[in-house]
Amino acid sequence: MTFRLRLGQAPAGFIIVAIVVIGALTAPWLLPWDAATQDLPNRLQGPTWQHWFGLDELGRDILARVLLGARVSLMVGIVVVGVSSIAGMAIGGVSGYYGGRIDQVIGRVMDVLMAFPGMLLAIALVAVLGPSLVNVVLALAVIGWVGSARLVRGQVLRAREFEYVTAAKALGAGTLRVLIRHVLPTAVPPMLVQATLGMAGAILSEAALSFLGLGVQPPTPSWGTMINGGRVHLLDAPHLTIFPGLFLAIVVLGFNFLGDGLRDAVDPRKT
Amino acid sequence: MLRYCVRRVLLAVPVLIGVATLVFSLIHLVPGDPAQAMLGDGAAPQDIAELRTSLGLDQPLLTQYLAFLRHAVTGDLGKSFRTGQPVTTMIIERIPATAELAFAAMVVAIVIALPLGIVAAVWRGTAIDYGAMTFALAGVSIPNFWLGPLLAIVFAVEFGWLPVSGRGTLAHLVLPAFSLGLALAAILARMTRASLLDELGELYVRAARARGVSNAASITSHALRNSMIPLLTIIALQFGAVLTGAVITETIFAWPGIGRLLIQSIGFRDYPMVQGCILLIAVTYVTVNLLTDLMYGVLDPRIRFE
Repeated sequence: MTFRLRLGQAPAGFIIVAIVVIGALTAPWLLPWDAATQDLPNRLQGPTWQHWFGLDELGRDILARVLLGARVSLMVGIVVVGVSSIAGMAIGGVSGYYGGRIDQVIGRVMDVLMAFPGMLLAIALVAVLGPSLVNVVLALAVIGWVGSARLVRGQVLRAREFEYVTAAKALGAGTLRVLIRHVLPTAVPPMLVQATLGMAGAILSEAALSFLGLGVQPPTPSWGTMINGGRVHLLDAPHLTIFPGLFLAIVVLGFNFLGDGLRDAVDPRKT
Repeated sequence: MLRYCVRRVLLAVPVLIGVATLVFSLIHLVPGDPAQAMLGDGAAPQDIAELRTSLGLDQPLLTQYLAFLRHAVTGDLGKSFRTGQPVTTMIIERIPATAELAFAAMVVAIVIALPLGIVAAVWRGTAIDYGAMTFALAGVSIPNFWLGPLLAIVFAVEFGWLPVSGRGTLAHLVLPAFSLGLALAAILARMTRASLLDELGELYVRAARARGVSNAASITSHALRNSMIPLLTIIALQFGAVLTGAVITETIFAWPGIGRLLIQSIGFRDYPMVQGCILLIAVTYVTVNLLTDLMYGVLDPRIRFE
């Protein structure tokens, strides 16, 4: 079976993600409408040829706001996954490579963080730190690094017994060099899968926190905030809720397709 | 078996202490003075000082910590800043609603996931498999805070079949349970497929077929039964996701459970209540995981001897 065939749904995921990224980056030039421009006389207007996704409660173009919201979501995803991956690589690498007491202490900290279901700890942290985009990123990174660290630790435990690692040590390579040049790279393929699926998770979590009023604050557009705002108008203007949610689901599906395809390529046994 | 149970229970103790420590430290993560934050900017210094005393914030940190642990063990989580009622009482009142919703969501998930996962595994690589797994992946990707309002529009507003919010009858439970259970169903369907595929590749299944056992019987009587053991664990572990999801679902459907209480308390900066809700959910999650491990030890004797 070739790598290309094993990728499965990954190309579809890549296309979805690429379209959204391009749309988010080019939104200001793509649309004649600004996300903040208000057209109060036509507020809550449904989709028209002029405004494909309609107007919100302040007469703002929903398509423009959805595309601007994509920037927030993608930015949160990239920062959370980046910070979590780097922290996870460092902590999991040290934990697995050195073992002993360091491993035990890190293991206990990870056990405690894993004892909180999913996003509950993020909700708790944002609740006390205050609702803001920075605090959302911080809270999601605090819970995000654990999964990466566990994955890397497992890989490092295996890799440190490989013969080429023993050979590198015998040739006089320092601990840091062995870890960075020979051990940690073995964790990169599964980390890539984890990071892709982590993007989906981070985007969903940010939207959930924003939906609960704990994340991005108005007037900054966020898909979660837009869905929450649309709840008041579910009966008279359902498009306020439908379009941001549809975009959110499609983007998350795109990253899930991509992550799933990459996982199948990295570990075909699970296909 | 007893040794395994004792060892597993003892391992959970440091985790529970860690969870309690983290929950205790939450109030100290509040930027500035927590009492000031709870009362607002316009509060009188005397009121702030009184609240600090009643919350024990004027005590040394170690004294506060030990008092928190002592009280938590005895079920005393302080009083709600908003209502003045004991936090434990308010939480206990809402446990049945959350338990009812979580149980119903799990039932919905299992009823959808098992047939979907089984057909995908049995017809692996066919259009049925791709269709089922694409549906499962879509289910994971659809946020429940979007699905909930959409279900409400269709089934409560358009058709008028079901009530849009509140708790009382079985009809009230349908929309929240589906909204919460669908994502879980998607995860379980994928796991059912993977677990069944593992078992279908085992020698004993091939041996059963070689003995003349029909394809259907080899799946239902042999492979499926063994694939249920890891699935039971996954179902129990997903309980955490259900509890977190319930926070959102209860908010959408005005379901009077712990999740809604948590979000309302966050809005009122009722930190003792927030701490109480978080602690209860986390301790429940740890306990369910512990019970799952013990159950796994009973179902699979190999685990006990590792």
